[in-house]
Amino acid sequence: MPPGADALSPAIRLDRVTVRYHVPREVVASLKEYAIRRLAGRVEHNEFVGLREVDLVIQPGERVGVVGGNGAGKSTLLRLIARVRRPTEGRVVVRGRVAPLLELGLGFHGELTGRENVILQGTLLGLSRREVVARIPSIAAFAEIESFLDAPVRTYSTGMSARLAFAVATDVDPDVLLVDEALAVGDERFKERCHERMKHFRDRQKTFLLVSHNLPEVVETCQRAVWIADGRVMRDGPAGEVCREYKEWSRAGGAGERKT
Amino acid sequence: MPETAETYDSATRSNRPLAEARELWRFRHLVRELVVRDITVRYKRSFIGIGWTLLGPLLQMAALTVAFSAIMRVQIANYPVYFLAGSLFWNFFAQATGHAANLTTDALELSKRVYLPRSAFVASAIGVALVNLVLSLIPLLLIALATGYPPGPTWFFLPVSILIGAAFTAGVGLVVFTLACRFVDVRDTYLVLLQPWFFLTPILYPKEIVPEKFQALMRYNPMTYLVEVFRAPIYDGWLPGWKTLLFSVLAAVVSLAVGWWFYASRIDDYAARS
Repeated sequence: MPPGADALSPAIRLDRVTVRYHVPREVVASLKEYAIRRLAGRVEHNEFVGLREVDLVIQPGERVGVVGGNGAGKSTLLRLIARVRRPTEGRVVVRGRVAPLLELGLGFHGELTGRENVILQGTLLGLSRREVVARIPSIAAFAEIESFLDAPVRTYSTGMSARLAFAVATDVDPDVLLVDEALAVGDERFKERCHERMKHFRDRQKTFLLVSHNLPEVVETCQRAVWIADGRVMRDGPAGEVCREYKEWSRAGGAGERKT
Repeated sequence: MPETAETYDSATRSNRPLAEARELWRFRHLVRELVVRDITVRYKRSFIGIGWTLLGPLLQMAALTVAFSAIMRVQIANYPVYFLAGSLFWNFFAQATGHAANLTTDALELSKRVYLPRSAFVASAIGVALVNLVLSLIPLLLIALATGYPPGPTWFFLPVSILIGAAFTAGVGLVVFTLACRFVDVRDTYLVLLQPWFFLTPILYPKEIVPEKFQALMRYNPMTYLVEVFRAPIYDGWLPGWKTLLFSVLAAVVSLAVGWWFYASRIDDYAARS
């Protein structure tokens, strides 16, 4: 492939991806129980399909919202792209560094200072220590916690640690940013700046995926939306249209709640 | 273009042990930060901080010397150094593998949300235990000096002993960690098993005092050789015998190979069930 062709290839590509979960009918959590049941020949599984033959192509720089009911497969989709879960069938290709926006302060350790947590968090996202250290000033500035940087995170307010988490995830310069309903952190002013940063992402050809139940937010932030129901892509198109259809469909009672 | 190097393709997955090893190397910075985190948290919480690492062995030695000196005096010259050398190595092994089992909760929580090779947690558990082992060489050195056993040139062999020991420990740690990711009772079972294992290893006593009919237990216990490889340069002042060395290297290689293979082939499946 000539080097030029590279820039044109999609940031995310899913080819006929199916994800199946094997859920044991009873929870066999201990080795002892497992051994007994194995000998008795009764470990039964329920199969549960998270996604069914999903095809999806997302170009670099696209901002895509993912909508759908609970259990429709949205989070499974995000996990596939974050490489946390592997497809049972099909193929997932993701180009560039992926930063999932970690749940508020997940992986933060209360006894460690803000600075130490930022370094840990940055290396969790695949950066080297030196790379993270170089970004600390801008991360602290964005999260507005400069003067608390060397205080233990357990002394932070919820808002402060949420802002810090957001600042790290977006400052590590990911090529693909995955957000699971987490934009609602902080006050109005901080939200404003989050959106500002998102815009900045778009301008630099970064890809952005947002999973949310908040349809106005999806329409506002994303140009494209994918509606998933029962593990299938129902509709894929301009955010406004898809959200409107999804809303009508939900209101009509097809509330996409899936039975396993 | 550096970015293309970071392309993830779920379809390419040839050799899992090899792929997992590459991933661990790619996340070496994370391993280092996890080690730093554990050590910082541990010492921040405790009142005398890093002193614990230095004081712990001293206290343990003092208590056991008082308790066992009377019994062991006949058999062992300079019991404190004999016991401390062996027990420091055992502590390294027990701490690293036990900590690896403890870290499964962290590993499972995090790896549900962000991609990372879970072996980083095993590596960090070994890293933390290694730091503690090296630090606790200081009180050992002091005691050796105080009891008239000044360290000789054989101490320079210790890095090799530690390397062999760490490889063996990593293998055991990987198996325990992988199983503990799947089954909740593995951690406690393992901690219980460590107890008899400790007493079956000649640490408190010299292996010569063990009756003939139990000698086999000692011979098939890899820890016997690994402890010996660590203790001989300190206590005996000579290098471990070639047979001991050969068996310990063999144990280390087999342990690491089996552990890594088991980890690489099972961990995705086990973690997905948790």
